[in-house]
Amino acid sequence: MAKFNLKINGENKEVDVDPTTPILWVLRDHLDLVGTKFGCGIAQCGACTIHLDGVAMRSCQLPVSAVGSQKITTIEGLSKKGTHPVQQAWLEHDVPQCGYCQAGQIMSAAALLENNADPSDQDIDAAMNGNICRCGTYVRIKAAIKTAAKMS
Amino acid sequence: MTTIKTTYGRRAFLKNVAATSGGMVLGFSWLTSCQTQPVEEVLAMPDEWFNINSYLKIGDNGVVSIFAPNPEFGQNVRTSMPMLVAEELDVDWKNVIVEQAPYHPSDFGMQFTGGSRGIMSRWEPLRMVGASARQMLRQAAAQAWEVPVSEVTTDAGVLYHEASSRSATYGEMASAAAAVTVPEEVQLKAISDFKLIGKSQKNVDGKDIVTGKPMFGVDYKKEGMLIAMIEHPPAFGMTLKSFDASEAKAMPGIKDVVKIKSYKDGYEKQGFDANAFPELVAIVGNSTWEVMQAKKKLKVEWEPFQTYEEVYGGRRGSQTRTVPAGLESTDSHQSTMEAYAAKAGKIARRDGNPEAAFKKAATILERTYTAPYLAHNCMEPMNSFAHVEGDKAQIATPIQIPSLIVPTLAASLGITAENVQMDMTRMGGGFGRRAYGHYVVEAALISQKVNAPIKLMYTREDDMTQGIYRPTYQATYRAALDENNKLLALHIKAGGVPESPLFANRFPAGAIDNYLAEEWSVPSNISIGAFRAPRSNFMAGAEQAFLDELAETMGQDPIEFRLALLQRAKDNPVGERNDYDAARYAGVLELVKEKSNWGTAEAGTSRGVAAYFCHNTYAAHVLDLKMEKDRPVVEKVTTAIDCGIVVNPDAATNMAEGGIVDGIGNAFFGEMTFKDGEPQKKNFHEYRMIRMSEAPKAIDVHFVQNETAPTGMGEPPFPPIFGAVANAMYKATGTRQYNQPFLKEEKVAG
Repeated sequence: MAKFNLKINGENKEVDVDPTTPILWVLRDHLDLVGTKFGCGIAQCGACTIHLDGVAMRSCQLPVSAVGSQKITTIEGLSKKGTHPVQQAWLEHDVPQCGYCQAGQIMSAAALLENNADPSDQDIDAAMNGNICRCGTYVRIKAAIKTAAKMS
Repeated sequence: MTTIKTTYGRRAFLKNVAATSGGMVLGFSWLTSCQTQPVEEVLAMPDEWFNINSYLKIGDNGVVSIFAPNPEFGQNVRTSMPMLVAEELDVDWKNVIVEQAPYHPSDFGMQFTGGSRGIMSRWEPLRMVGASARQMLRQAAAQAWEVPVSEVTTDAGVLYHEASSRSATYGEMASAAAAVTVPEEVQLKAISDFKLIGKSQKNVDGKDIVTGKPMFGVDYKKEGMLIAMIEHPPAFGMTLKSFDASEAKAMPGIKDVVKIKSYKDGYEKQGFDANAFPELVAIVGNSTWEVMQAKKKLKVEWEPFQTYEEVYGGRRGSQTRTVPAGLESTDSHQSTMEAYAAKAGKIARRDGNPEAAFKKAATILERTYTAPYLAHNCMEPMNSFAHVEGDKAQIATPIQIPSLIVPTLAASLGITAENVQMDMTRMGGGFGRRAYGHYVVEAALISQKVNAPIKLMYTREDDMTQGIYRPTYQATYRAALDENNKLLALHIKAGGVPESPLFANRFPAGAIDNYLAEEWSVPSNISIGAFRAPRSNFMAGAEQAFLDELAETMGQDPIEFRLALLQRAKDNPVGERNDYDAARYAGVLELVKEKSNWGTAEAGTSRGVAAYFCHNTYAAHVLDLKMEKDRPVVEKVTTAIDCGIVVNPDAATNMAEGGIVDGIGNAFFGEMTFKDGEPQKKNFHEYRMIRMSEAPKAIDVHFVQNETAPTGMGEPPFPPIFGAVANAMYKATGTRQYNQPFLKEEKVAG
């Protein structure tokens, strides 16, 4: 166990955990931030996607000891009132079915649009292929990303 | 307008204040506080609520709170079911908030998610709920205004007496309405008067989902809660022998390691108690990561079990089944299936004289189709919260059919069913898997043993290797043709491990004079369970691929061929029982033919068509694909659905899209294999799931417009997609494929 000072969603948080603890479990078990989800534990499904200094990362394989002073953004911190263009576009297209993968999808999409304001279909596929949607909302996700791109 | 007696489920309509305050609100604070609000504005909450019946309460400011009665796994009944109530209640949808009903069947009836039956079974009862509440409001206004009830009208949450120019909001009249006797009879709206039903409404949970609010089983928390994980056998055919917990117990944050046995000796399991691993080792600790690390240090010894008999309950009373010993492999399954398929099967249906027809046939077309086991792979792994204290259990769990696990839960804990308090959390996917609540029993037993609130978490590996799979199947289709390529007879022989997938009375039975359907099954110790349109999810693909090849052999267009058979089934059906309406079945084929511009294929695009009827709804697809560098790319799917009245069109479209993507993914990639009883795929790096780049570029869904009472959308679009994929791939490659998955050699993209 060791103490870590983390910058999460603009706030300073201190946790006392084993240094190997992935950020996913720091968030879910120790900080009551359960929006980031567990799907596989081996960075194959994308449900755990967060931003580390704006870069989309799979938090299930990001040990707390590796974070340092880098800023973590989770789905809860993507916007103040759920008004990020990606979140708004998701609502406009009524994307979710079960909803479990969607926080990860949104985080991956938001990071894509930060780097690429007008992604092509291939750009979207490449950026989003790491996020599984078991319910099959991929067509809506792609449409929502394009709408979000137009909004920003 | 329909007049309907409020007799069935009548108790639910009684404004039983005691039940409301004692049973539903106390101790349910986490989930009943998960209310939703329409996105456009923040609703002011009322100062006071008035319970009109167990489903709905009206606030003094006119806000209406409606309980969504059924468990939610993405089919969006949390939106569509309250819509039914709100329609007949006649309120503005903007003033409605939705709460999740706890498990309380005396108030909420059959709280069941599965079989695509939700909207179908709730269609009239929930409309009655709204209509009876509206009637009570009208009665209260009539009393207050001293006018006949017949002169009181409503519109969007306001009561009117036109003759005297009086009006009152539902909020103003709610208190008085709560005191009115529940009416014996109510009138339901005419379909032409619907304001809400049939108009797309946004998912009531949209905002919460996109902002990461807690809503799933895995998100549930309670003060003092510990995390538990289980260790189950690595292979089917094995059971727990012994374990050494000394190293695991010494790991940081670990409280205890216990053995649990899910069923008491002699307990008669029911259909949804399927579970190949009733004896488990459980580790309990402070946090998930700590328990995961300790799990690795557990030393467990497993041993093969002997063949045994299991007593099962069900509709036909107690039955005994044999669970065979052995460590099964995919190779042995395949060779055993071939052996069984070569022997005579059990005849399920025989029309005319198929044997004679085959004897005189000029051509016999025979094809055999196979498909592997599939794992459900819900994105949210199996989990449950349980807190057992003395003779009471408090459960919060993602579960499709709570009523079917409560008896087992009570029996295993040694408490009464009445003392089980259950909240149904949102499920991160179900697909049939979460109808098997073994994980609820496990969490409760662990809680009881360690005397603490427990959240049981399955790792993805635990989940993917636990079983309750979609079975492996094989079907042989034979068609007899005369010298003029006229169809003389059809013979279907289908089987699987451990069950046959055959539906002997489905199309094209009823359209063919000489017809034989037979089946076989192979006993196995690998657990199976309902997987999105059980059995149909294999038979549809095999049947629709065969009909395609048969049409080609006969020189006919695939759609015209099916329509001709359906015409025969309509005009002059064969046999006593045919489980489809030929006119409605033809209707979806006609609609998909029109909307896909069938007959005008784009250059370079290959088309496949398939249609099916299951779970009360008709579905037809035309799938367009192109080959790009030897890989199929699905350009578009055009779909026609007849599910009667469509309550929430955009949500129903989302369900069709989901079923289509799911079907394409499983047709291309889905596969679980076994070696010596051990599942060979344990996580998503081995079990291939469909990704964004493999989904269709476009999906175009059309609904037949009619006034038939609504039927389901969860399952029906899924089975025929396998046939559409097979038929399109044939057109694209020139080779027909008979064994799923169709893209077997694909590796996972980086």
